[in-house]
Amino acid sequence: MVGMALPQVAPVETPEVEEVPADDRPWVTIVWDDPVNLMSYVTWVFQKQFGYSREKAEKLMLDVHHKGKAVVSTGARERMELDASQLHGYGLWATVDRA
Amino acid sequence: MFRRSGGECVAAFAIDEVRVLRKVAGEVVDLLTDGFDRTDPVVDRLFPDIYPDLPEDSAEFRQYTEGELKTGKIDQAGAILAALPSDGPGEVRLDAETAEAWLRAINDARLAMGTRLDVSADTDLGDELDDAVLHDPASSRVFQLSVYAYLGYLQESLLNALPEID
Repeated sequence: MVGMALPQVAPVETPEVEEVPADDRPWVTIVWDDPVNLMSYVTWVFQKQFGYSREKAEKLMLDVHHKGKAVVSTGARERMELDASQLHGYGLWATVDRA
Repeated sequence: MFRRSGGECVAAFAIDEVRVLRKVAGEVVDLLTDGFDRTDPVVDRLFPDIYPDLPEDSAEFRQYTEGELKTGKIDQAGAILAALPSDGPGEVRLDAETAEAWLRAINDARLAMGTRLDVSADTDLGDELDDAVLHDPASSRVFQLSVYAYLGYLQESLLNALPEID
């Protein structure tokens, strides 16, 4: 039998990791691809709703189209809920999630 | 189809077009009023869950927002009915605000019809229409598909007739 002396390990103080409280993390509005909405209409909605330039709106629309979804806005939860609700008014399929 | 004339979007509609537009706008209004049914997949599509994984949060949010959303959609469809000739062919002239209501209402009608017709990402409307005509040219599916396609062209023409936003 071989006995092994346990090394004396001094407890090490680990610094507390400063965690961002869950409630302060931003939220996102996501628009999902759907087979009915016209690409030109979705671009127009992004311009109207968010004041995005045509270039930015088109890029987002293409993200939705090719990747199946895209984050269209980021911010406080209530703000994202309002965005999603207004997008529903336009007939876009929008949901809210944590960033 | 719409074209731009001065600050307005203008279209001349034949009597059949006026009747079809009245019918689809009326159907959307009915869907949102007397015919409102939460279990209808069309209602599901027009009012999607805001938190797909949190049904309770979605339901709570819906409780506060659905009424206003519904009213907005009824008003949009109403804007189509209000601008059309009552019965007969005629010209429609839309200012920017009314054109926006039309765009949104046409979109609601297309979402409703697209859901009923099971339109998917792979759907080729031309093929669907050919199949439906071969099967029964007088069927309601032929009519629905052609109206759905027509609304897409109409919506696109209205988008093109709008003044640039930028």
